[in-house]
Amino acid sequence: MAAAKELEVQKKRPVQSSEESTAPVNIFLPTTDIFETEDALSVLVEMPGVEKGNVDISVKDRILTIDGRIDFQKYAGMAPVYTEYNIGNFHRRFSLSNKVDASKIRAEMRDGLLTLTIPKSEEAKAQRIEIS
Amino acid sequence: MVMRFSDPFEALLNFQKQLDARLASDWLGNSTANMGGYPPINIFQQQDDFVAIVELPGVSKTDLTIEAKEGTLRISGKKTLDYQENASIHRRERLAGRFDRTITLPIRIDPDRIKAEYRDGILALFIPRAETDKPRAIEIE
Repeated sequence: MAAAKELEVQKKRPVQSSEESTAPVNIFLPTTDIFETEDALSVLVEMPGVEKGNVDISVKDRILTIDGRIDFQKYAGMAPVYTEYNIGNFHRRFSLSNKVDASKIRAEMRDGLLTLTIPKSEEAKAQRIEIS
Repeated sequence: MVMRFSDPFEALLNFQKQLDARLASDWLGNSTANMGGYPPINIFQQQDDFVAIVELPGVSKTDLTIEAKEGTLRISGKKTLDYQENASIHRRERLAGRFDRTITLPIRIDPDRIKAEYRDGILALFIPRAETDKPRAIEIE
């Protein structure tokens, strides 16, 4: 069983993009799983510390953009003494195939995990062909 | 103390620099048993007390166990991935498995008064310093 494995730390990856933000803050690529079922595409995005209200999801020209902002004001009055990771906002983009219907995207946020469900368009659903 | 952020980007950048400056600092002592391992931990001082912030995205509260004994904290549990059957994988980056991590703090703590909060994939442990460990002002007679 996979669950018996020891978990390892995954180092956060900074976003590498052609355009940069004006301030040199760290923006991280959230760890993501994408899988496809018979009727939908699921995108699971890990964004620890991001509240439901601080997630932006948009689709434009078939590019899915996910933004998550952390509320670092929660750290007000706290002085770091020992750290193993840095914090920052999250940003990631994926291009979607025309097999999915981006207008019917569903989103759910739980325990820092964003789950997007993008239904497949009717034409793209696998058709079972009966042999006559 | 209330911090005011006139420019949130600059404030975040400054905070990120502060975090980098304390990266794997020797505060926990040089014992290798303390350092590294899953889950990653940041420790902050808040007035006299300490706060440990642990990132555990996608771990449900019921799969998480926290134990405290004298100066030692133990965080253990499991992370599972929920896949529907017959799903075809396009991209798999998330990891599942068990974790069990113990850290020994270089301060005397009050284990009965530790508070734990888990929200948005972040575990916050509020660790009060033992009264005997707090600095005391000495009056001159």
